[in-house]
Amino acid sequence: MEMSDATPTPAAYTPFPAAGNIPDADREDLRRHGVLMTSMEELYNWGRSNSIWPLQFGLACCAIEMIAAATARFDIARFGAEIFRPSPRQADLMIVSGTVTKKMAPLVVRLWNQMPEPKYCIAMGACAISGGPFKQGYNVLKGIDRFIPVDIYIPGCPPRPEALLNGLVQLQKKIKGEKLSGPDAARFTRADVPSEFPIPEYGAHDLEPTKNPAVWTPPAPPSA
Amino acid sequence: MSTPPLSSLNPQLSTGSVPFPFAAALPGPSVRAVHDQFHGDLLEVSMGPQHPSTHGVFRMVATLDGEQIVKLKPVFGYLHRNHEKIAENTTYLGSMPYTDRLDYLCSMSTNWAYALTVEKLAGITVPDRAQYLRIIMAELTRLVNHACLVGFLFNDLGTSFTPLLYAFREREKIIDLFEALSGSRMMCNYQRFGGCRVDPTPEWLETARVLVENFPRFLDEYERMLTGNEIMLARTQGIGRVTPAQAVNAGLTGPVLRACGVDYDLRKVDGYGYYPRFEFRVPLGDHGDTYDRYMMRILEMRESVKILTQAFRDLPAGPIMDPKAKLRGFRPKAGEAYGRLEGPKGELGFFLISDGSPNPYRYRVRPPSLINLTLLEDMCLGHTIADSVVILGSIDIVLGEVDR
Repeated sequence: MEMSDATPTPAAYTPFPAAGNIPDADREDLRRHGVLMTSMEELYNWGRSNSIWPLQFGLACCAIEMIAAATARFDIARFGAEIFRPSPRQADLMIVSGTVTKKMAPLVVRLWNQMPEPKYCIAMGACAISGGPFKQGYNVLKGIDRFIPVDIYIPGCPPRPEALLNGLVQLQKKIKGEKLSGPDAARFTRADVPSEFPIPEYGAHDLEPTKNPAVWTPPAPPSA
Repeated sequence: MSTPPLSSLNPQLSTGSVPFPFAAALPGPSVRAVHDQFHGDLLEVSMGPQHPSTHGVFRMVATLDGEQIVKLKPVFGYLHRNHEKIAENTTYLGSMPYTDRLDYLCSMSTNWAYALTVEKLAGITVPDRAQYLRIIMAELTRLVNHACLVGFLFNDLGTSFTPLLYAFREREKIIDLFEALSGSRMMCNYQRFGGCRVDPTPEWLETARVLVENFPRFLDEYERMLTGNEIMLARTQGIGRVTPAQAVNAGLTGPVLRACGVDYDLRKVDGYGYYPRFEFRVPLGDHGDTYDRYMMRILEMRESVKILTQAFRDLPAGPIMDPKAKLRGFRPKAGEAYGRLEGPKGELGFFLISDGSPNPYRYRVRPPSLINLTLLEDMCLGHTIADSVVILGSIDIVLGEVDR
C-alpha cells in the first residue's frame, strides 16, 4: 500500500500482514501454480458479499418486483442473496422496497436497529429514495435516508428486477472493498460510529424528530 | 388472576349476532371446541406490520386462548399514501398513473375502473376496438392476480415458495406482453378517457393468443399439484367460513362473496363494457370456506381464458380512441359519477365529483380488499392463529388498495 508523505500514519494502525501486501502480479503468478494467497480481510469480505441475507420485508409495489427477482427467471440465488429472513436478527441487508409512510417509518428504524452489524440498506424505488410520486402526500416520508444510512439507491417506479440485481452487485463491490482496520476502516468496525438510531415518535403533526441530523442534512440551497 | 368475561373481550360473542363458534356446526376434523370459560391467561399477539404472512404492511392484533383466536383486531394505515388527496390536486388525467399504484398487481383493471368513471362523468363514448382491448387487458390481469394469489396462499400454508415459482413463471409471460405494449412491467398506465393509449400489433395479439391458448395447461399442472393435496384440504376445508347473510351484510364482493354461493358478478349484473357480448359462466362456491375461495380463483381463471379466446376471435379493426375525447385541458361539466367494475378482488369503484375545474372536487375509491377485510375477525374466531394467516391469504388483499 502506498501512501503519500502528507498522510500521517496513526499509531494505532497495525496493517494486516501477509498476502494483503504482496503485489497482485505475484499473487496471480502463484495462483497459476496452484497456490492461493489471500488475506483474512479479502476472505472475510468475499464470504460476506456472496451470502447476503436480506430481510423479508415488503412495503409496497416494489416488493412485488423484489419477489420477482427471487423467482426462477431472475433468480437472485445466483448472487447468493436468496435467503430472505423474516427476522431482522438474522438479516444482513434491509431492502426498503416501497413507500415509507410516517406511520411506518418508526417501525423501519426499529427493524434497522434490531439488525446485527455488519448491515446494509438498499433504498429500492423512487418512494424509498425521496417519496417518489407520493412525495406531496401529507403522510409520506420523503426518503428513508432521513433516518437510516442508505448504501445503495435504486431508482425506478418500480425498478425492474434486473435493477435490483445490479444494486446487489454494486453492494457486493462495496463490501469487497471494505477495510477491517486502519484509518479508512468500514463503518461497522468503528466504535465511534453508531449502529442504532433514535426511533422517531408520532408527534401532533409530523414525526418527531422529522429527520435524524446525524444521518441526513438538508442539501444546501443552490448558490446563485 | 381472574380472567375477564368473554363478552368484555368481544361483544359479538355474548349477543349471539354471530353464531359462535360457527365451525362447531361443521362435521370433520377441523371442528375445534371453544371453551366458554378460560382456564389460563389470554395472550395478545401482534402480527405485523413486518411479518412474512401479512402480505405487506398489514397488522393483526390477535387475542389468543392457547392457540385459538378469541378476538382479532386489524390495524391499517401503514401504507396510507394519500392517493385521494393527491388526486384532488391533480388533473383528471394526472391521476391515471396513481391508479396503477392502487392495486399494483392489477394496474390494467384499476386504470379501466377510473377511465370508466370519468367517461360516465363526461359522457365520453369508447370505440369498439378499445372496448375489446380493455376486456383483453382486464382478463389478462385477472389471470396474473389469481395465479399469484394462489401462490401466495400456498406460501401461507407452508409450501415455502414452490407454487409461487410456477405462478410467477406465467406472470412473467403476461407482464412481458404488458411491457411490450405500455413500456412498463407493472405500472401500465394504459387506459385513457375514451379509449386506450397504444394499439397492439398483430404480432402482439398472436403472442397473446398463443399464451392464452396454453394457459389451461398451466392451470392443469397447477391443479394437479395443489387441489387434491391432503394437507391443503385439511387446512382449508371448513376453515374461515362465511355465511351468505354475513357476506352480503358486510358488503363483500368478488370471489370472496361468490365463494359463499351469492351470484353477484358485476360483469353480469352491470354488463359494463362489452361483457354482455361474451359467453362465460360465473363460478359459485357452496361453503364459503377457504377452500371454496381457492377454487373460485382457479375456476375464474378458466372462465377468463374463455373470455380471452372470444375476444381475440372477435377483435374488430378500427380506432382505439374516441376522436372527440380531449386529453389536454380536460374539464368535465359539474356533476358526479360512480363507476365500478368487477376487479380481480371484487367491486372496484371510483366516485368523482366535478365542479367544472380541471381537478376533481372529490375523488373517492371504493377498494374491494378493504371491505372484504371487514369480515376477517368473524372468519378467524375459533380458529387457530396459524389458520388466520391462511384466511387472510384467501381474502386476497393488496395494501396499496386497502390503505390507499
